[in-house]
Amino acid sequence: MAGLAWEVATVAALRDETPHVKTLSLDVAGWSGHRPGQHVDIRLTAEDGYQAQRSYSIASAPSVESRIELTIERVAGGEVSPFLHDEVAVGDRFEVRGPIGGYFVWDGGSTDPLLLVAGGSGVVPLMAIVRHRAAVGSSAPCTLLFSSRTPADIIYGAELETLAARNDGLRVVHTLTREQPEGWTGYSRRIDAQMLQDVLGTASGSANVFVCGPTPLVEVAATSLVSLGLPSSRVRTERFGPSGG
Amino acid sequence: MSERLVTRGFVGRRGLPERGNRTPPGQYLTTDFPVLSAGPTPHTPLDKWSLRVEGLVAQPVEWSWAQFNALPSREYVVDISCVTKWTKLDMRWHGVSVDTLLGAVDLDPKAAFVIAYCDGGYTTNLPISDVVNDQAFVAYGYDGAALAPEHGGPARLVVPGRYFWKSAKWIRGLRIVEKDVPGFWEGFGYHNRGDQWLEERYSGD
Repeated sequence: MAGLAWEVATVAALRDETPHVKTLSLDVAGWSGHRPGQHVDIRLTAEDGYQAQRSYSIASAPSVESRIELTIERVAGGEVSPFLHDEVAVGDRFEVRGPIGGYFVWDGGSTDPLLLVAGGSGVVPLMAIVRHRAAVGSSAPCTLLFSSRTPADIIYGAELETLAARNDGLRVVHTLTREQPEGWTGYSRRIDAQMLQDVLGTASGSANVFVCGPTPLVEVAATSLVSLGLPSSRVRTERFGPSGG
Repeated sequence: MSERLVTRGFVGRRGLPERGNRTPPGQYLTTDFPVLSAGPTPHTPLDKWSLRVEGLVAQPVEWSWAQFNALPSREYVVDISCVTKWTKLDMRWHGVSVDTLLGAVDLDPKAAFVIAYCDGGYTTNLPISDVVNDQAFVAYGYDGAALAPEHGGPARLVVPGRYFWKSAKWIRGLRIVEKDVPGFWEGFGYHNRGDQWLEERYSGD
């Protein structure tokens, strides 16, 4: 079987999502398409041949041909993400290969309710699902429970608001753990079992759940969901730690 | 690619030179211990826990938690590489050699592969030749303490010579088979063998 080849990616656009998070739109000539939830490897090469590789989740829905978007958090002191944030300009090129992963994916075929649980930049692969759901007109009811530190840290905030306003079954529930705007009536604590029970409502048994975020959030969310009666096989997790670089 | 694509302005941060030869290609060194798993962390009570060796053996063997802890064990200090690119040096584990486990059974002459299976349904496949001669152990301690559940506790397989997905968390048994069967990630496009020094990340690498 042929392996996953390295393809040339050209930076087509850059977009600031929050003060610490940036989206890179990449044109990839030989891109074979992806499934929502998958990721790619990227490879940067220095003049002397030194290379660094990292894995990043794909943020875009598969509907756009030859174009993928990666949303990347700047990890202070990291080797790759500060370079992508501070140095990379439109027209720059590096290598990507993928798509990678086949478990943490949602293709849009199921109409079972979706529960997406995100912490910080863990929202990225879940956004691919949200965007794909909208693009294909899926009737699967979908709740995104999204934990951010402050209002300024909410990734994709405006787009999520627009998508939720279509009233097509997408509900976005924010929790802000460190700082809330004046008059905030939403959640203001870390995700816990009670919050999950609230948002899950009666959908528990048949929901497809995707959880992505830092390890403590994933541990609490996944364990709570199992204790609320969801089968383990319905709870898919993806994690990132502080070492993403 | 035949011609190297240089990314404008990228210099990178090189590893410490004396550690360079311990970092497999495409990996970077980390000092923390990231957690990756595909589903919820199982929390099996120790009185319900056991470890089995079964399949192509004359007589399957099963150890309770107490019996498993009474097996000969030792400290292992090894470098670990995860396919997600991190490498962590000198990880200090405590566990039981797979040689000890396999030594408790009579292997059928046709035995060639081992399928590690786990709470939560995870599996991974390895040739027996990759896990014998102290190349693999079942760990229940890490860095002087009990192995934490999110890191695979109460016990996980550790195969330092392969990417870390082969080091199955929450292990409950080794099934000995004649023909190779892809495990969980091996069935989702990851490499069947996963040798980090050959950079065998994905199928076809």
